[in-house]
Amino acid sequence: MAFGKPDLGSMVPKGAAFDPALVNKMMGKFGHGGFLDMEYVGHGDDWVELAIDWREDLVADPDTGILASAVIISLMDNATSMSIWTKLGEFRPQVTMDLRIDYLRPSPSGARVYGRGICYHLTNSIGFVRGFAHNGNPDEPLAHASGTFIRIGDRIS
Amino acid sequence: MTDMLSALPPYAQALDMTIVDELNGAPVIAMPFTDRVQGRPGFLHGGAISGLLEIAAIAAIHQALRAKGSDSAIKQVNVTVDFMRGGVSQMTYAVGEVTRLGRTMANVEARAWQEDRNKPITMGYMHYLIKAKRAV
Repeated sequence: MAFGKPDLGSMVPKGAAFDPALVNKMMGKFGHGGFLDMEYVGHGDDWVELAIDWREDLVADPDTGILASAVIISLMDNATSMSIWTKLGEFRPQVTMDLRIDYLRPSPSGARVYGRGICYHLTNSIGFVRGFAHNGNPDEPLAHASGTFIRIGDRIS
Repeated sequence: MTDMLSALPPYAQALDMTIVDELNGAPVIAMPFTDRVQGRPGFLHGGAISGLLEIAAIAAIHQALRAKGSDSAIKQVNVTVDFMRGGVSQMTYAVGEVTRLGRTMANVEARAWQEDRNKPITMGYMHYLIKAKRAV
């Protein structure tokens, strides 16, 4: 989903490299990101990892304690969105065009969920992303994601 | 899975979702605009709209299974979400349509809209495994 204007843009220092940890303080602490309480975990040149703690009010199936599928979608949406700005080195306004998630296995009740978003290609208007979610060991993913974001103009405000 | 048609799950309740209507036999779910579902200022977060679609999809399958007299459980395999229009600060509705209900899987299409159902803000396409309950 789109983030930014004017609040996010104003948080990114002019001429400074994009800082996912700083930006998550807004995206992960207010609004829907705040409800889910997303934590910044780490980043590289083209990826950002965030995490959400298991919580009873995020459960879609009370019999099993399995999280709502959309919790993983929100996590991957934010992580992949931020991976574009990280690869780009700066913020640019964009919205999610589409996102696909394959659930390899359920995330166990009580387990923290990590989502790593990777931007594997950038054009002038589109950011192509993929990513995966896991419970602490990236070699044992619970879901895979892929999607695209479209740029919506350069005006910050 | 607990029958969603009698009580919406904790996630849906946390986002103030309610069943408000019925369309072609499937429950219509409503979600008010609150800070908890907001992405960029003034707009719904894509993940929250996806959550509304998920609840509508599951409710539609439960309804379809119940109509067949089945007590099978379901397990989501995947979802593709298309974001078509920004969701603004007003009530959002969603309904699921079970396009095929087989013995082993179900295809579901869910649509979210605000003022006009013919102008969806987001569509979701889901696959679910149908798991027969083991005889006790």
